[in-house]
Amino acid sequence: MNIENETLKKKLISKNRMAENIFSKIFFLSALISIMSLIVIIVFVFAKGVPAILEIGLMDFVFGKLWRPSSNDFGILPMILGSIYATIGALLIGVPIGILTAVYISEIATKKIRRIIIPMVELLAGIPSVIYGFFGLIVIIPLIDKGFDNGGNSLLAAMIILGIMILPTIINISDASLRAVPKEYRENSLALGASKIQTIFGVVLPAAKSGVLTAVVLGLGRAIGETMAVILVAGNSPQIPNSIFDRFRSMTANIAIEMGYAFGLHQEALFATGVVLFVFIIILNLGLNLFIRKVGD
Amino acid sequence: MIKLLLRNSKEKIIYGLIISSALITMGILFWIFIFIVMNGMPHLNLQFIFSNYSGEETGIFPMIINTLMVIGITIIIAVPIGISTAIYLVEYAKNGRVVNVIRFSVELLAGIPSIIYGLFGMVFFVTILNFNWSILSGTLTLSIMILPTIIRTTEEALISVPKEYREGSLSLGASKIRTIMKVVLPSAQSGILTGIILGMGRISGETAAIYLTAGMVPRIARGILESGRTLSVHMYLLAKEGISFEEAYATATILLLLTLILNIMAKILSRNQES
Amino acid sequence: MKMINKKVASVFLVGILTVGLFAGCDKAADNQTGEEYLSIVGSTSVTPVVTKLADAYMAKNDGVKIDVQGIGSSAGVKAAYDKSADVGMSSRNLKEEEKQWGLTETIIAYDGIAVSVHPSNATAKLTTDQVKDVFEGTITNWSEIGGKDEEIIVVSREDGSGTRGAFEGLVGLVAKDADGNKYSTLVEDALIADGNGAVKANIASKENAIGYLSFSYLDESVKTLSINDVKPLVGNIENGTYEISRPFLLLTNDAITNLANDFIEYILSDEGQSIVAEKLITVK
Repeated sequence: MNIENETLKKKLISKNRMAENIFSKIFFLSALISIMSLIVIIVFVFAKGVPAILEIGLMDFVFGKLWRPSSNDFGILPMILGSIYATIGALLIGVPIGILTAVYISEIATKKIRRIIIPMVELLAGIPSVIYGFFGLIVIIPLIDKGFDNGGNSLLAAMIILGIMILPTIINISDASLRAVPKEYRENSLALGASKIQTIFGVVLPAAKSGVLTAVVLGLGRAIGETMAVILVAGNSPQIPNSIFDRFRSMTANIAIEMGYAFGLHQEALFATGVVLFVFIIILNLGLNLFIRKVGD
Repeated sequence: MIKLLLRNSKEKIIYGLIISSALITMGILFWIFIFIVMNGMPHLNLQFIFSNYSGEETGIFPMIINTLMVIGITIIIAVPIGISTAIYLVEYAKNGRVVNVIRFSVELLAGIPSIIYGLFGMVFFVTILNFNWSILSGTLTLSIMILPTIIRTTEEALISVPKEYREGSLSLGASKIRTIMKVVLPSAQSGILTGIILGMGRISGETAAIYLTAGMVPRIARGILESGRTLSVHMYLLAKEGISFEEAYATATILLLLTLILNIMAKILSRNQES
Repeated sequence: MKMINKKVASVFLVGILTVGLFAGCDKAADNQTGEEYLSIVGSTSVTPVVTKLADAYMAKNDGVKIDVQGIGSSAGVKAAYDKSADVGMSSRNLKEEEKQWGLTETIIAYDGIAVSVHPSNATAKLTTDQVKDVFEGTITNWSEIGGKDEEIIVVSREDGSGTRGAFEGLVGLVAKDADGNKYSTLVEDALIADGNGAVKANIASKENAIGYLSFSYLDESVKTLSINDVKPLVGNIENGTYEISRPFLLLTNDAITNLANDFIEYILSDEGQSIVAEKLITVK
């Protein structure tokens, strides 16, 4: 009987081992799906886009000022500049408001207020982008039209909407990194006679700078990649905007508007627009990683 | 009390700026919500919610069903993969090159704009795999898109499970897999569910990726190989074409309420996790 | 702990409901497999009339489902060619390149394109040359053509739109470059709206806007302009005085189904053409 028990135990253990092995393999394979997805996405988007860039010519494509697909002019400089300008504007609006709001939440607000304000910021993050676009279309555009008589659809409208949209990203991450700053920093600074404001701007914010920078870069990524909200307010003229009151077209809008019907070289040129956008995103991510490593915390 | 700590007018100005920034952020949220809900509520009725969108009817019922379908299928595909990935990263992986590559991939996937997902889905699922514009193409695309959200939140939830739980279970003779299934996952469940709900929010609000992959037919898709318009895509078309502002406001209100409900659910769950 | 479980359970319940709904829909699909299905994709100008025709056809024939999606003419031509749809819709003639794809073209109606402005606009008529100048950006202020001293906001369709292609051809917004390639001379800062509906929404919401619309989209939210003193009316297209018009095409490939054939026959029948006649010009 003892022997039987022993073999049973052994059997059970080997069965367990097998289960253990199978499950750990399943987990590992699942983890590989993310890598595979990324590779497949990159391969297919680049495989469709890069040949077009080669056919059009890298310089003509990236620095060409004319986008007229039906007569084979594929220059996306207006869209590249449009995306960059809109993103810069969004940062100018969203970063100061976002960081200061984060400062308020983590340094000034009482616990009670914090518990109201944080869920509200999360709610702001959850609003679908098409709602932001609709809000821009129905509220911001008429306001701009009234003030500047330009029809309303403009770089300025996109900047405002994108500035609002990146607020939650900037607030959440800045707030988290501000709160990660050890209490002693603040106490020491105050003990040395610095005021509350001096402490926040002289000690706490500098200590949280890598987190705040991460927040800004992620906000930047969200702004440059936003599509639907921008289409609804930009006016979408494929021209280089001369002022913030001009209509413009972003890279994302260029893809979304024309993808439905484009074929042949035109379709590939839209994928190529996606490739350029992708390269921007990759550079942003790598740059951020490098920076964080350099700051070293 | 804080005001007493302000030393001069410069500090007062800075303090004022901080307060007004917080007020602006809150104000924007209220502005959007009140503006849309006030304009949408008068047009929101049972007939609007439960009727079709064809001929004279301008209801959003098909879009609601399609949205629920897309949410459900995407969650079914993405959640097992996401949770398994997180389990691998937290419970199994030793720090090494593979793990770094996985982490970098997840990070980059999170940063890819949704329009690129749309492009990819259109060429890969719609054209090459020949699923056409369909719920299947749409949900497969969205599944990849929300993977990072699921993976990250699950990872955080798993990490926050105290080590003693695992050690206790293992010392009682339970196998590793049993420990994970019976001890670690249940302790992390509210964190994981929060992630799933955030993912659901992202799916229901997505437009660019789903519009290029699932098409825009305003009818209930009767199978996963049929095209179906979701609420967000419907909202986009209503806004773009100015077909009817009443419908647009009412649809926007529904979308906002959905966002609100999902957020409240996530909040309740994460409170539980903290306590 | 019990509290948590309750809440978790409720979340799961919502999830299961969602899944259940999906499963229910799937079952519904199984029950209806006997149904015949036709997908039609293409021009947003053609979409309203074909949608009406499809509704009438479905009312007459049980077990038939027709999906009509308006994206743009080029999308319709492409969808018929790569068979991603059964039938394509186009509101322009095929280009040289597209003609070699072996598609069958059926003209189902003729449509006019109306130059349209905001209802409050004082301008009532333009000549073809003025239209050309406005859309090319040589005339930039309403005061130059009998309106207020306000800058004109030109609204146009996207490159690849059938309505835009037809409009540019008819008004003369085309030039040739050194290599003999045609290109559009539309003013660069024109507001681009994808779809007739989007053009209409922009004109209806901007007092200084001007754009062009398919007849099937006209209603009281915009005001149409007479061109060379001729009003944009169906009758004036029929008698040949209003010249900005083009054909509506349905495109089919060699894999045409019986249902597609029957639907097209229905469109060309007296009954179908009477629906066409509500807003457009019938095929004679």
